[in-house]
Amino acid sequence: MISVPGTPSVPAGGSSETAAAPGRDSPHNLSEEILDELTPEQLAAQWEEEKPPAAGALANTASSLVVLGVGVGAVILSLAMGLGTPASPQPGLWPFIISCVMVALGLFQLILGRHNRDAEKFTRMSAAPLTGLVTLAAMVALMPLIGFELPALVLCVVWMRFLGGETWRSTLVISTSVVVAFYAIFVLALNTSIPHLF
Amino acid sequence: MDFLNPVINGFAVVLEPTNLLYCLIGVVIGMLIGVLPGLGPAATIAILLPLTYNVEPVTAIIMLAGIFYGAQYGGTITSVLLRLPGEASSVVTVFDGYQMARQGKAGTALGLAAIGSFIGGTAAIIGLTFLAPIVAGFALDFGPPEYTALALLGILLVATISSGAKAKALIAAAVGLLLATVGRDIFTGQSRFTFGNLQLADGIDFVPIAMGLFGLGEILYNLEERHRAAKAPSKVSNVWPSRKDLKQASGSIGRGSLLGFFLGILPGGGATIASMASYAMEKKRAKQPERFGKGAPEGVAGPETANNAAATSSFIPLLTLGIPANATMALMFGALLIQGVTPGPQLVEQNPELFWGVVNSMYIGNILLLIMSLPLVGIFVKILRVRAAILAPVTALITLLGAYTINNSMFDVTLVVVFGIIGYLMKKFGFEPGPLVLAFVLGELLESSMRRSLLVFGGDPLGFFGRPISATLLIVFVLVALLPVIRSIAKRKFTASTLVTKPDIKEKV
Repeated sequence: MISVPGTPSVPAGGSSETAAAPGRDSPHNLSEEILDELTPEQLAAQWEEEKPPAAGALANTASSLVVLGVGVGAVILSLAMGLGTPASPQPGLWPFIISCVMVALGLFQLILGRHNRDAEKFTRMSAAPLTGLVTLAAMVALMPLIGFELPALVLCVVWMRFLGGETWRSTLVISTSVVVAFYAIFVLALNTSIPHLF
Repeated sequence: MDFLNPVINGFAVVLEPTNLLYCLIGVVIGMLIGVLPGLGPAATIAILLPLTYNVEPVTAIIMLAGIFYGAQYGGTITSVLLRLPGEASSVVTVFDGYQMARQGKAGTALGLAAIGSFIGGTAAIIGLTFLAPIVAGFALDFGPPEYTALALLGILLVATISSGAKAKALIAAAVGLLLATVGRDIFTGQSRFTFGNLQLADGIDFVPIAMGLFGLGEILYNLEERHRAAKAPSKVSNVWPSRKDLKQASGSIGRGSLLGFFLGILPGGGATIASMASYAMEKKRAKQPERFGKGAPEGVAGPETANNAAATSSFIPLLTLGIPANATMALMFGALLIQGVTPGPQLVEQNPELFWGVVNSMYIGNILLLIMSLPLVGIFVKILRVRAAILAPVTALITLLGAYTINNSMFDVTLVVVFGIIGYLMKKFGFEPGPLVLAFVLGELLESSMRRSLLVFGGDPLGFFGRPISATLLIVFVLVALLPVIRSIAKRKFTASTLVTKPDIKEKV
């Protein structure tokens, strides 16, 4: 279970059976019986409701503009490479075709796709992937300098304790065993050249 | 029987201890990730691609294939016990499987699903054995124009059938094609989009892209996903279905096998669509459709059979035409290319050990899976207790360290993280990563066959319509491309206000 700041975390060392889902459906023990009686249609509707909130038109505009930007950039670069003719194409012809399609699709999405709602809003929960990303980036930056063991340990602790809501005890025990296991597999058993400290 | 000789030799390949071991590893991993909600088969295969570098091509594909069809078995367990589909292809199993579990028939539901999966899988392997050489023989005459049309159609179908906005899926595909052009132009040798970076001169490797987009992107995305309420798995007793249950479900197992087999072959089809189509068909055919959703055994047996049959038969386009039918097959394609094997019509002739080794390994794999899902199912139910909070960092670390081992370079690890960010953002903004990876894999084939055809046609694009097969494929391409446009115009005219929200099932990759 992924816990979220502000919602009760998973009980200490508890097994998954009692894990309350974070988010809106926390009082689910009360509605358990009702939930069990749902028809497939209601169940599907409930899943639909549980989906993260949809992002507004801004997200669509932003992503369409990124697509347009990449497309236009690629058009310019392809033109610089030279198009040639269909019979004797220069390297730029194929990328030029694709980037034109991209620009067209980007425009389509910008104008006609502005009502679709399949983008998700960034919520407070998005802090979790962001934190995760920072630890990953840190690991990439630090691995060549101090080996993989300490960054991996930090990554495990952050993901389990702060993103996952594990207890300190299980976090420390599991993180250490995970790093030891990885050391055993990648360094001792497979003898790879992964930068390591010890 | 000349035809059967290579088939039988294929069994000799499978029975080599290494191959048996990797088959076992594959199906166990498949079962595990099927049981654990979160990572899907495509993500797992992407993450484990570095494992395949040091083994024979046939061994590698045997393992990866095992992960794929193993996940179809495992996904059932959470659907039935927790009302929590482990895989997208097991979503419809929830409707009746969970109700059966509530009535104390969890074991029966699992048993039926396992037996159905086994029959569906096995039937599809037999179908594959006979159909694949025919398709490959037919495709041997394909020249560059046919491949151009086929690749275009394949990419378009995968993009348009994926969930979510079609334009966005097509954009993802275009990005994939563009990424495939990075590096040296094979015809002129000129560098494209490398921005003077030496490490990009040879193009971007497929593995970091797949590991980043599918693996890390999925892991990051799951970090914020609300997990649905999980509760105690119901007790599983007696997984052997009674004769009456079997009899009741036998029709749906037969229909599911057939339906799944054919839907799996179609580009963009595959396990998820097959399971849904089978559920719909069973419900429509039933004498008392109102039983569905209340624990009808057919509602479990049909879809579970169909998704396995489809998972198996989706190997046909890959192994015979060299065109992956879905994102997971795109990963297999990539894995084969890494091994120096180009999948295509010549594969059956030139590489019979590989072809028949992989196909026949599926028999063994299905038997192993049947054993794991009937007598050993209790072990996998226990695995449900592993918490996502522990699993996430472990998979993230496997991805990073695995990426390093490909070329012993930090550049690959950095690429994986970069594509991980892109994959996460794509999912957030509603772009499926599947079409991107598929288009990336097919990009080079598409460009080179298009340029070769144009050389043949003397630069006249209409030449594609001068050959019957490429013309047909391109006409289908145009029809598929225009269909949503026509449909949306028609829809806007009729129902502007009465928008029905249909349950949109998110494909886990």
